[in-house]
Amino acid sequence: MTTTIEQMFQTSSEELISGSEAIALACALADVDVITAYPIRPYDTVMQYVSKLKADGAFDCDFIVAESEHTQFEIVKHASSVGARTFSGSSGVGWFYAFEAITVTAGLRMPVVAMVGNRALDDPGAFGVEHNDALAVRDLGWMLYWVATAQEALDMALLAWRIAEDPEVLLPFALSCDGSFLTHSQAIVQVPAIEQVKRFLPPYDRGKLQLHPDNPITVAPQVNEDWLMEIRRQSDAAMRRSVGIIKKAYEEFKQEFGRGDPSPFIDEFMTEDAEIIIVGMGTLALPARVAVRRLREEGKKVGFLRVKFFRPFATDEIREALSKCKAVCVIDRDYSYGSPSFGGVLFSELRATMYNQENRPWMLNFIAGLGGREIRVREINEIVDTTQKAIDDGKVEQETTWIGVRE
Amino acid sequence: MTTVQELPQIRGVKNIPLIEGFTSGHRTCQGCESALVMRLMIKAAGPRTIVLGSTGCMYVANTTYYSTPWVVPWMHTQLGSSGSAATGTAAGLASMMRKGKMTKEPINVIAFCGDGGGADMGLSAISAALQHDEYNLLILMYDNESYANTDIQVSGSTPWGANTTFSPPGKLHRIMNRRWKKNTAPMLAVGHPNVRYVATADGSYGLDFTNKIRRALTIGGPTFIHSIDPCPKGWDFDPKYSHELGMLVVETGLWVQYEIIDGELTLNGPSRAIARGIRKRKPVREYLERQGRFAHMTDEDLKVFQDRVDESWEKWWMPGVIPITQKDE
Repeated sequence: MTTTIEQMFQTSSEELISGSEAIALACALADVDVITAYPIRPYDTVMQYVSKLKADGAFDCDFIVAESEHTQFEIVKHASSVGARTFSGSSGVGWFYAFEAITVTAGLRMPVVAMVGNRALDDPGAFGVEHNDALAVRDLGWMLYWVATAQEALDMALLAWRIAEDPEVLLPFALSCDGSFLTHSQAIVQVPAIEQVKRFLPPYDRGKLQLHPDNPITVAPQVNEDWLMEIRRQSDAAMRRSVGIIKKAYEEFKQEFGRGDPSPFIDEFMTEDAEIIIVGMGTLALPARVAVRRLREEGKKVGFLRVKFFRPFATDEIREALSKCKAVCVIDRDYSYGSPSFGGVLFSELRATMYNQENRPWMLNFIAGLGGREIRVREINEIVDTTQKAIDDGKVEQETTWIGVRE
Repeated sequence: MTTVQELPQIRGVKNIPLIEGFTSGHRTCQGCESALVMRLMIKAAGPRTIVLGSTGCMYVANTTYYSTPWVVPWMHTQLGSSGSAATGTAAGLASMMRKGKMTKEPINVIAFCGDGGGADMGLSAISAALQHDEYNLLILMYDNESYANTDIQVSGSTPWGANTTFSPPGKLHRIMNRRWKKNTAPMLAVGHPNVRYVATADGSYGLDFTNKIRRALTIGGPTFIHSIDPCPKGWDFDPKYSHELGMLVVETGLWVQYEIIDGELTLNGPSRAIARGIRKRKPVREYLERQGRFAHMTDEDLKVFQDRVDESWEKWWMPGVIPITQKDE
């Protein structure tokens, strides 16, 4: 006896599932048409769940196990061109193997949704989380979101198709999930009823851009210097429009499902009167919140801001949130060798965001948790102490500090 | 598996459809046989077809923004992606039709690639595509024996000794390309026994070419055709001889025309006559000497070439097709 996703989720229910399983369920709830897989840890757990759902008859999709990540992403790109809803994913160097396909997916304005199970880039080999894999698409026209919990993974997957497939946007969407901490860790997740999902998520309609004999268009002919700049500008305009669509879709989501943060772009914790704000992305939020709560008990005015959308970057929200405090400590689970101050990617973006502000806080960068090394409360305390010292001294002695590294 | 279109075999060249799917608007060179291959391909396939084109001449020279020659829906795909483009398009259509999201009808899916995109970079994706029995698709590799779009560089499909910009004859090394041309179609046929149709083709034999396209599209499942396309620019000859060279390559036995249907091999046209001993192979020299890319070759080089061709007809397990001999026990 097969149980379809409709039968499984006639009503909403609570499930103990991992982040990967949450996204697999979202694929079934969203009735995705074409899904492509290729094995690499840690993202591939999502595909193990998808293949089981398909094998058990829970939902109908074309599940294709490709012979490489490049093919994986080319297949969903082309399936998307004929109007199919698509899902794929990868991790670490697998994501990089697909990079040509990933690049053109954005250029072609295909609303592919991909999960990146963040993983350190080889060499040397390491399975643990680092954010450099997903960050590599930041300049290409992919929307890029960092998930913190399994619940958020499911919710944002549904939102990802809603936003990416919006005719005003039509850009691919990468859901970035910390390897192991999110992909493999179970948590209680509210899984919505299928009817709620159907109400929230309209079918993907590619309209006059759909490749079909009834609509014999030519897609992606050579343009060269004649037209390329205008086409780049169109993608830029789509990314700008996505900001409004994200806000709209997030409000609709909150109305339908009854949960969500005040802002879709950032997640603020005790930042209201904070003198020091810790900034980070992904599952770092959990130890960061614990640390902030304890420091508050000691009377220290500390808050935490989680950047959710890396693209589009929440310039206005972040400016407003950070210009009220005295110092910002940015925790990067990534690196950018040779970048300004030899810092991380998030740090550079945030410092650039704040540059033209009247009230500029001190900005310090901390590289931590690379290769899946845990970021503990004690490391966060150390970061806050260093930041406090900058406030007290009235200057930043060292802009970038590596935390928890054996020297 | 979704159903296929009814595309009957065409009897006589006068019955080739007049409808054009590949029209004006392209910028291919005079005498470009690959352009002819595109034109014949879409004539055979008809209007209910989606064509995917990987990077190469038939992308860059054909499709310029605002002047596409394609009357059918056409989309660019990456250099090594003809296999994945065909799979993705066919999968998208199949999934949506099965789930009632799109009107059910058989739509031909054809992805083309050059020899660089097929025999070199895209081989792995083509191999993967050929494993998917559930999708109807055709991959057409138009082989002009070099990376002809980027200035004529040697590919895995370039003949031994040919002068290209990456294998120019020099003062020390007269023969820079020491690789023998890759035997792509048989490699794919032998390696994917589930594939129902693999063929070689040649635009100089237009009727045969269109019928092969039709057979590939109507047999069901993934299929592969490898065509040999004389290239005036890359091979260095007067464009008016394209058609003649397309015939000479077969008549010298250098290119073998055949179809492999459900594992059964049939030689076509002059290749069949040669195999049966009805027709004698012309000396390879007659073909090579017509092209500037072989102008640096000495008599000794020409003999090396001729010997290899003789060997393929006399010693191979399947003459001209499969380079394996059975050891006498």
